[in-house]
Amino acid sequence: MSDIKLAEAPPGIEGSGFFATSFDKVIGLARSHSLWPLPFATSCCGIEFMATMGSHYDLARFGSERPSFSPRQADMLLVMGTIAKKMGPVLRQVYLQMAEPRWVIAVGACASSGGIFDTYSVLQGIDEIIPVDVYVPGCPPRPEAILTGVLKLQDLVKNESLRRRNEPEYKELMNKYGIQ
Amino acid sequence: MDHPIIAARHELTETTTLNLGPTHPATHGVFQNVLEMDGERIVSGVSTLGYIHRAFEKIAEHRPFYQITPLTDRLNYCSSPINNMGWHMTVEKLLGIQTPKRVDYLRVIVMELARISDHLICNSILGVDTGAYSGFLYLMEQREHIYEIYEEVCGARLTTNIGRIGGFERDFNDTAFAKIKKFLKNFGPVLKEFEELFNRNRIFIDRTAGVAAVDAETAMNYSWTGPILRACGVDYDVRVNEPYSSYEDFDFDIPVGTNGDIYDRYLVRQEEMWQSIRIIEQALEKVEKEPKGIFHAEVPEFYLPPKEEVYNNMEALIYHFKIVMGEIDTPKTEVYHCVEGGNGELGFYLVNDGGRSPYRLHFRRPSFINYQMYAPMSAGMLLSDAIINLSSLNVIAGELDA
Amino acid sequence: MGKISNQTVLDKLNQQFGDKISLAAEPYGLLTFETTKEDIIPILSFLKQDEELKFNFLTDITGIHYPETALPIGVIYHVHSFVNNVRVRIKVFLEEINPVIPTATVLWEGANWMERETYDFFGITFEGHPGLYRILNVDDMTVFPMRKEYPLEDPNRVDKKDFFFGR
Repeated sequence: MSDIKLAEAPPGIEGSGFFATSFDKVIGLARSHSLWPLPFATSCCGIEFMATMGSHYDLARFGSERPSFSPRQADMLLVMGTIAKKMGPVLRQVYLQMAEPRWVIAVGACASSGGIFDTYSVLQGIDEIIPVDVYVPGCPPRPEAILTGVLKLQDLVKNESLRRRNEPEYKELMNKYGIQ
Repeated sequence: MDHPIIAARHELTETTTLNLGPTHPATHGVFQNVLEMDGERIVSGVSTLGYIHRAFEKIAEHRPFYQITPLTDRLNYCSSPINNMGWHMTVEKLLGIQTPKRVDYLRVIVMELARISDHLICNSILGVDTGAYSGFLYLMEQREHIYEIYEEVCGARLTTNIGRIGGFERDFNDTAFAKIKKFLKNFGPVLKEFEELFNRNRIFIDRTAGVAAVDAETAMNYSWTGPILRACGVDYDVRVNEPYSSYEDFDFDIPVGTNGDIYDRYLVRQEEMWQSIRIIEQALEKVEKEPKGIFHAEVPEFYLPPKEEVYNNMEALIYHFKIVMGEIDTPKTEVYHCVEGGNGELGFYLVNDGGRSPYRLHFRRPSFINYQMYAPMSAGMLLSDAIINLSSLNVIAGELDA
Repeated sequence: MGKISNQTVLDKLNQQFGDKISLAAEPYGLLTFETTKEDIIPILSFLKQDEELKFNFLTDITGIHYPETALPIGVIYHVHSFVNNVRVRIKVFLEEINPVIPTATVLWEGANWMERETYDFFGITFEGHPGLYRILNVDDMTVFPMRKEYPLEDPNRVDKKDFFFGR
């Protein structure tokens, strides 16, 4: 007997031979358990991400088995490490290349706020150029913290309205960053 | 010699510009190389860097000595303890602090563990790039055990911030020693297994042997240091040439290669890990012979007293105040100190004007200087070879851009 | 440690260059002296090519800025003799506006990026350098950030401004 735990079915109406629920919930459930990460690793946090991907912590347990190095096929952008001002446009370009729906996790102090590098050459947090869904604190965060960040994002994805991306708030947010 | 028709066809060929990086997954870090390609072959390349330039040297001018340790962590984050210790030793050299032997040996243990963790990342990633993923998974597991030892010693995993000026901030506890011993026992067989997978592996040898070979003269002309210089046959190792932290008390070999190709670099790193194990074993024996409980030098002017003493002891309170407010005079001079980092000679050039923070601090970063040759040596190479060449140089982005 | 003493190195240099070498000292056992920008390349090539000294390895080139001195911009070379295991530190001081010094890339290829970094941080022009443009900072930067008058934090920041306390 396998001890694999299956994801719980969303609430719905069940009868003999059918199960009815809303699209939002089913698609959210499916998406949340198959988030393909795009590791945008620049520095120290990237090394901790290697540990997270490795055999000890194993991010693949949460449905992120396949790191997608092409932004086109990725759902979750993990920004790990310091983003210098020189790197800013590159990061933005990568974000723009991702297809909707897309989510962003800022891993570590540098990506979240610039961290200890309050200098002329470092971007003070990636949220100056792209919207961020989850922030993971730590310098660098432990692999457990990165996993927690991914789980938090899964919650977001699960409970998100399917049409969130058409909502005026979302459009306003995107306009704020100058992204159409 | 090409057949004239083929040669003529080559003349006609247009070259393609390929932008490799700065976030290419095969480069393991933020490296950009704009390559001019003739088919699969690289004609020429230009490296662009600075994508994570964080202005370390500028920050260092605004921080007291003891607050620069966290910066050094983030230089070569694969082996941060070596950087920490190197920085502490630089300041100790500046201030003329003599550390007890036990501190030296404890430092050697931590530094050699860091060297192992640095080299095993490099070699396992080299395996990944040549198409062998399993080696990576084997060794990553061992790296976790090294991190557990760091955690026991200082509480952090990666950016360790181990130690203080004058020694350590606390003694190694029994669990730490037990974990080190356990690691030494378990690591050998795994490393052996890893070597069995790679050393005589036909695919691995075909991919690496004779590729990106560099002769000793060119390597020295480009100021290479560390394992990649030793792979070219130059037996330069700071641990031997200018022993620091009592390395002269240890018996170990410096492996050198002959061809300076990727396979030799791999072998040199592999052998260095074995030598590190040897050094740690000796260091453990030596630590046991030293009197217990000594983990820092007696320099109250620079070593923060424990908090309980600050609250209960007038003298400790005064020193605490003086250290935190930076009211202690330091010599107005300059010092250069170097340690053998994971990638080569990691130098600290410190100019002091007597204040609490350096007037100027320059890091001689081996990755920065070693990486310089990458674009010129890539010319004429296949693209896939250039990728593994980059992994074998083990350039760490944080150290490259500072 | 070294096979030849600092005094031997200094004597040989004095013999060859005489009064062009000034302010020789030995902080922490590392022979340090100053020279001028006209003599730096002859001295470096002498050190490199001398049969006995064999300073065959360039460890580092960096810069320093001392505002309010007559010659505020310094270039510092660390050279190492692997054969004799001796190091030498050489300093050259230059004027603040448009400092120029000949390049060491004629002697060591490795000097290339070290000089580019020094140019990037201090604005020192290395004459004869094969490609002297910025290396770490963004290309369109107009200042040289390691000079003392340039602040650590980005001067254009607004988020740290406080209504009551200023910056």
